[in-house]
Amino acid sequence: MMSTHPKHPIGLTVNGETHDVLVEPRRTLADVLREEVGLTGTKLGCEHGVCGACTVLLDGSAVRACLVFAVQAEGAEIATVEGLAEEGTLDHVQQAFTDNHGLQCGFCTAGMVMTTHAMLAENPDPTDDEIRVGLNGNLCRCTGYTNIVRSVSAAAASAKAAQPGARAS
Amino acid sequence: MKPATFTYHSCRTVEEAVGHLGAAADAKVICGGQSLVPMMNLRLANPTDLVDLNRIPGLDAVEVGPAGITVGATARQHAVEISPDVTAAVPMLAAALGHVGHPQIRNRGTVVGSLCHADPAAEMPAVFATLGGSVTAQGPGGTRTIGAADFFDSYLTTSLAADEVATSVTFDRPEPGAGWSFEEVTRRHGDFAIVGVVTLVAVTGGSVAQARVTVFGGGGTPQRMADAEQLLVGTARADVDEELLRSAGAAVSSALTPTGDIHGSAAYRRHVAGVLVTRGLRTALDRARG
Repeated sequence: MMSTHPKHPIGLTVNGETHDVLVEPRRTLADVLREEVGLTGTKLGCEHGVCGACTVLLDGSAVRACLVFAVQAEGAEIATVEGLAEEGTLDHVQQAFTDNHGLQCGFCTAGMVMTTHAMLAENPDPTDDEIRVGLNGNLCRCTGYTNIVRSVSAAAASAKAAQPGARAS
Repeated sequence: MKPATFTYHSCRTVEEAVGHLGAAADAKVICGGQSLVPMMNLRLANPTDLVDLNRIPGLDAVEVGPAGITVGATARQHAVEISPDVTAAVPMLAAALGHVGHPQIRNRGTVVGSLCHADPAAEMPAVFATLGGSVTAQGPGGTRTIGAADFFDSYLTTSLAADEVATSVTFDRPEPGAGWSFEEVTRRHGDFAIVGVVTLVAVTGGSVAQARVTVFGGGGTPQRMADAEQLLVGTARADVDEELLRSAGAAVSSALTPTGDIHGSAAYRRHVAGVLVTRGLRTALDRARG
């Protein structure tokens, strides 16, 4: 018997690499990233858009991967936490979270880090209040957030310091 | 926590979307999906078909004109929120959008989708009810416009037919110099309101020419509060004192018949709505010129 819900062949561009996968329309981007593409850095907490653990970048915007169907992401540029470190060296946001004890159990961290990337792209020099508002869609049950806010602040500072010409001033 | 099966239609034209809505047993339009997908993940919604508008060209336009702001069906909430033209023309709209969900929600969610979802505690329906305007909808018989006063039927229900696609919304621009306020009480920033109030006040020739007060989270739809509005309209600006503002708040508290839930009792919602009306009207009057 022919299935009434055929799988769709789609191409997903994740961290610059194209993956051809065959998915049911009901599969969320988060599930397909984890189970078909094999990138399990993106975590699933609540699966209904509250916790932010599954945050990835879709064409540069932070979105909840549990609230996007994978078929909708065809042709988009998807960035996940796996694409940040280069040759084993953490990127500046990951390093700032490490340096400032911005994580404990780590379950929310991939979402926090991806949200931070999107936030700093739009506002490279946020105040603590702006950081708190920017992160209000990401829940952490361990840290109490203070060190996460410090981590984002430190990431912004290190991005600024790394800009050409910044060292001279 | 996984959605049930459905058939997916990624449409290229509105006509194609309307066709699928008419042909399927229980089809739903999807665009941002920030209200629909949670309901599907929780299996509170189990549509047979999803009709996706995202790839229809031209539906994401945001146009600021002399009479109103028109937002296309696929325009993201964040794009409207950060538009300098929108902020300059109708600051209330941009301010209210800052309270819609979280950054990740607004990056994906749409203004038109928020109206069509019609959550009575959501911000966009209350702003639409206050500013006035119309939703443009396309169905098998053609295009029609639905005025703001006729759009919301009840909890999560609009006057759109099952085979109609809302292609855009136009928010009327307020009178030049009109004051406004947006107030809501939530457990956390970004949550749906426990209760909220939007006001719009125009002062002409030293008296209040127009007053609009909308409560959201106080019933099945956003509600314009005629009693409170009439207390102000026609009153000399100089005669609008704290006592009158408190009377407007009291009129709203006694007119509302909200339901209670785990976030707040009905009595709490009535009380807070009154406080927010008094506070919001004060802010709107301070902002009004003329």
